[in-house]
Amino acid sequence: MQRFYFDHNATTPVDPEVLEVAVACLGQVYGNASSIHYFGQGAKQRLEAARRQIASLIHSSPAELVFTSGGTESDNMAVLGVARAAAHANGRHVITTAIEHPAVISSCQELEREGVAVTRLRPGSNGIVSPDDVRRALRPTTVLVSVMHANNELGTIQPIPEIARITREAGVPLHVDGVQALGKIPVDVESLGVDLYSMSGHKLYAPKGVGALFVRKGTKLAPIAFGGHHERDRRPGTENVPGAAAFGAAAEMASRGLADEGERLGALRDRLEKTVLDRIPGAGINGARWNRTPNTSNLYFDGIDGEALVIALDLRGFAVSTGAACSSGALTPSHVLTALGLTAERARASMRFSLGRSNTAAQVDALVEALEASVAHLRRISVNA
Amino acid sequence: MPDAPIAVAMSGGVDSSTVAALLVRQGHAVVGLTMQLWNQRRLPELSTEGAAGRCCSLDDVYDARRVAEQIGIPYYVVNFERQFEEQVVKPFVEEYLAGRTPVPCTLCNNYIKFERFLEMADAVGARQIATGHYARVRYDAGTERYQLLRAVDRSKDQTYFLFGLKQEQLARTLFPLGEMTKPEVRGLASGMNLAVAAKGDSQEICFVPNGDYAAFLSAYLKETGVEPARTRGAIVTADGRRLGEHEGVHHFTVGQRRGLGVATGEPLYVISTEPDTQRVIVGSSDDLLRARFFAREVNWISIGPPAAPARAQVKIRNKHEAAGATLRPTQTPARVEVIFDEPQRAVTPGQGAVFYDGDLVLGGGWIE
Repeated sequence: MQRFYFDHNATTPVDPEVLEVAVACLGQVYGNASSIHYFGQGAKQRLEAARRQIASLIHSSPAELVFTSGGTESDNMAVLGVARAAAHANGRHVITTAIEHPAVISSCQELEREGVAVTRLRPGSNGIVSPDDVRRALRPTTVLVSVMHANNELGTIQPIPEIARITREAGVPLHVDGVQALGKIPVDVESLGVDLYSMSGHKLYAPKGVGALFVRKGTKLAPIAFGGHHERDRRPGTENVPGAAAFGAAAEMASRGLADEGERLGALRDRLEKTVLDRIPGAGINGARWNRTPNTSNLYFDGIDGEALVIALDLRGFAVSTGAACSSGALTPSHVLTALGLTAERARASMRFSLGRSNTAAQVDALVEALEASVAHLRRISVNA
Repeated sequence: MPDAPIAVAMSGGVDSSTVAALLVRQGHAVVGLTMQLWNQRRLPELSTEGAAGRCCSLDDVYDARRVAEQIGIPYYVVNFERQFEEQVVKPFVEEYLAGRTPVPCTLCNNYIKFERFLEMADAVGARQIATGHYARVRYDAGTERYQLLRAVDRSKDQTYFLFGLKQEQLARTLFPLGEMTKPEVRGLASGMNLAVAAKGDSQEICFVPNGDYAAFLSAYLKETGVEPARTRGAIVTADGRRLGEHEGVHHFTVGQRRGLGVATGEPLYVISTEPDTQRVIVGSSDDLLRARFFAREVNWISIGPPAAPARAQVKIRNKHEAAGATLRPTQTPARVEVIFDEPQRAVTPGQGAVFYDGDLVLGGGWIE
């Protein structure tokens, strides 16, 4: 069976060019980047070159980038690190949104256990959080605002520059989870105005197990892990040089191809949505149609059990997703869709399609055909049931 | 897709794993599905230390996934937690609070394994389902009915829990283990090198750790914020003698002897519970004997509803030896009076009453 991959927001295949860098580095650059000798220096050079490549993609200074094990660690480091470093006589308060990734949600819950008050802003039905809501939620004790850049399930892009103007004025650090934006839309930490920005390698064709956190110079960050003096005392542990080198190569590829690939994927996404809406009754788009990453489409098919549709499509060779998967691999209604005000029924009838480099127009057409057949089949049996 | 696959309900145990492997060996296309029924993160106060075969644990999913990988079939976990809570756990709790002794496995079979699971099988393009139940199904051309029969391995027979199955469900169900004994199944599993061949058997009520249903009820009620109206009450004899106090009728089941906390000369048994007055009536072993009872919501399987009294052997709990009885239809459809030849001990409201004719399962209902 031919298999097609439409789940690039979950992860991406490693790009062949990136793979080559990773394998070469894994095989040859084995020094410890902290060592004084030749081997260590070679590793350190690769590490710093990778840091420059990523810094160039997000327009930061390389010194403001910390390598991590991935998006989850970056989010933990930012949320826990900033909140714990902030001392407040009258308690501490954090503002976040109801549609964050579990890495931010759970970090905020951990802060609550430590006595920090947390405000979770709900987005509008378009999946976008209002900057005015951020302003209204600010308290004298607010020590952090954490808002994602692009949502993983909807692709909706949050108004980060507007939010940043508010947080700056209030003197509160702004953390942005950029895992789903990096490599899909231009990211410029200066014009965005963010203080911390989380990134993950495997969402942009680098391997799993490497990520980064942008930390603006002067931002106070308490450590969440303890060990040596790596990464300017910010992240202990021997550096994952092959991972970082691969991430760097992927970042450079993304900087080169971002505009063209974005346009191509946007056209494919529009083709997918247009044909689905034309051909499948009772289907629609969740969240905003504009202000989205170009590769992401979240569609509902009324009367359908999304879980069954994912399985039916997989058996036909199409990999798609309903949203966040729980630890056993089973699926529960998405907290993001529920936060938009969707009924539980519609949330369960929703599917995420996330396109990437391997997808073509022919694949999209084949997907729509399989969708049409599967949706019709599922509706037929649910009528009988 | 090639041939319509058979959907196998895989729990991660040796029985359902063997079913999946056997069907693959016979050349069928198979899809493995594990039903996620209960979130084990809930009710953390319940000790699961040493609890064997908790349902839906990550370990079970791991095992099922590993077997699926071994035999090369597509495998998915499907989440039925919502339906399981609504249709099995809540009724289970309510029945206990109402002073009855429920059979959640039957509800799970009726509403989850042979209804929701069949729907999911349909959804993924499977026409038939197979489970690891010990029971047999066959089509009888004479009566034009699908018949349910006891498993060849009587010690493993699970037909007591399957009396709710409808004809259209049986028509699409395979029980490949019905003709086998458990040792044979284990032998097959190890012969096929299945990773779970030596795994222990699961406990009876999968979501209640260590069978401590009273602890489960307390924890569940606490979590859902429901206070049972009034739970404390008196332990009395049939003639009204007050022997002591208890913490709630849901701690007692008909025929129970231990845990009464009252000492008298002769052994005492729970004869009945009265949720309205919160009284627990106790008496001697002989007081437990009943010659007749009514069964409601009777489902007929191997025969249609009889118009006249019919003979059967009736089983009133899983471990009960089916006893000779006459089934008498009543004015109410699906309500049957069961009249035993010899009085039976501990006819317990809420339990199932299953009617047999030898190996044949005629039907069954709920004891009123």
